[in-house]
Amino acid sequence: MTSLLDFLAAIGRGAIGACRVAGAVALFAVEGLSHLIRPPFYWRLFGGAFVEIGYFSLPVVALTAIFTGMVLALQSYTGFARFSAEGAVANVVVLSVTRELGPVLAGLMVAGRIGAAMAAEIGTMRVTDQIDALNTLSTNPMKYLVAPRLAAGIIALPLLVVVADILGVLGGFIVSTLKLGFNVASYLQNTLDFMQTMDVVSGLVKAAVFGFVIALMGCYQGYNSRGGAQGVGAATTAAVVSASILILALDYVLTEMFFAR
Amino acid sequence: MSGVVPRIRLRGLCKRFGDKQVLDGVDLDVMAGTSMVVIGGSGSGKSVLLKCILGLLEPDAGTIEIDGRNLLTLPQRERETLRQRIGMLFQNGALFDSLPVWENVAFGLLAQRRLTRRTARAAAGDYLAQVGLAESVGLLSPAELSGGMQKRVALARAIAAQPDVLFFDEPTTGLDPIMGAIIDGLIVDCVKRLGSTALAITHDMASARRIGDVAAMLHHGRIAWSGPAEQLMTSGNQVVDQFTHGRREGPIQMELRR
Repeated sequence: MTSLLDFLAAIGRGAIGACRVAGAVALFAVEGLSHLIRPPFYWRLFGGAFVEIGYFSLPVVALTAIFTGMVLALQSYTGFARFSAEGAVANVVVLSVTRELGPVLAGLMVAGRIGAAMAAEIGTMRVTDQIDALNTLSTNPMKYLVAPRLAAGIIALPLLVVVADILGVLGGFIVSTLKLGFNVASYLQNTLDFMQTMDVVSGLVKAAVFGFVIALMGCYQGYNSRGGAQGVGAATTAAVVSASILILALDYVLTEMFFAR
Repeated sequence: MSGVVPRIRLRGLCKRFGDKQVLDGVDLDVMAGTSMVVIGGSGSGKSVLLKCILGLLEPDAGTIEIDGRNLLTLPQRERETLRQRIGMLFQNGALFDSLPVWENVAFGLLAQRRLTRRTARAAAGDYLAQVGLAESVGLLSPAELSGGMQKRVALARAIAAQPDVLFFDEPTTGLDPIMGAIIDGLIVDCVKRLGSTALAITHDMASARRIGDVAAMLHHGRIAWSGPAEQLMTSGNQVVDQFTHGRREGPIQMELRR
């Protein structure tokens, strides 16, 4: 009986702890977002974060997208060939890339690259008293450190996903036309016929949400890091893991919202 | 003296972390224009005391008054305005490593929108000169500076907003004795030039005597002794005597053995 109670108590403690963290993240997010509409605005910091997230993530996102598109075309072709439905390759590629693979893969790549960097930078500032120093210099750290990164994440990721969408479809086009023998004109016509505005828009909305989540988790974990180098390392890991899981979970929720009947 | 309102007045300040009662009813008065040095062993709560006054930590109980106004009951905006009058030199400098030195020095001026970037850059050169650094240092990154130079830059940043109150957290920690003496000299010069009130915490006795007009000893979360800084070595208080003379035997040692 005692062991059962201990077991239940452990579950209860875990649940309370999870609720506490969820509440803290929610409050952090609300405060961070509130600074997006309250001056002063730190445009230089926003610009720096935007370049870091958007421009410097371009190579990794581009490579991921183009190879994913190529693999997708190959796999779809071999699968559909069993049903003599090879003609659907263009449709599958454009639908998968714009709705799912573009935003999700770009999100995961940026989470690994940017979420970790944000957590490490802000975490180091925390453990070296730089965040306390901001407070003593009439500067709100949430406004100075968090708000510009949130804004940059929300705006930069959709732009990255536009690039990912184009290159993903291009990857499928290259394999289909050069290797699988598809006619160039009919492949492009199929792609354009089946690409719908809603597919692209839903992908971009997902990207904006993922960009927010990546920046939020990077900032939150860094801001709350404790205990020197080890704490910063733990914050970095937690930022990437939590952002990645949230991206996949929110992807389902958003897909349900956009496409469920 | 009884009618004079202290620049800083603490009454019954308490702060606990888990089971550890770090501050247990601190009462302290710092009169305007004086330099107070708070001494105490490692982990005695000196930094916590400063962080409570700065608003970086919320005390569990007590009052913190600046010029007779309780910081803890003031509206947020007034509290921030009052705290803008405080400059702080952190133990490790806490310079922003993503910014060049000149922007570190002028950070408070830029944050308060007092100056444009161009004029702030020129002003930073003046403040660097006041702490004995060349204007060209302003173009370097903090990582390119030695420990002593970082402390000087941090001091320049602390005085740049010309605060009424200056806090110093272990200003000589990690410095050799000569550089420590230089930093102490700069601190005394800056405080006198600005006419500020200073509150420094340290466990460096030489530094305490150089900086302080008055001194207080923090022990067991309370002020165990206070008096003129020149009496630190001859206070007659057992706790202070053991600490200032670095004796192994005494009340502080006995506490460690329990």
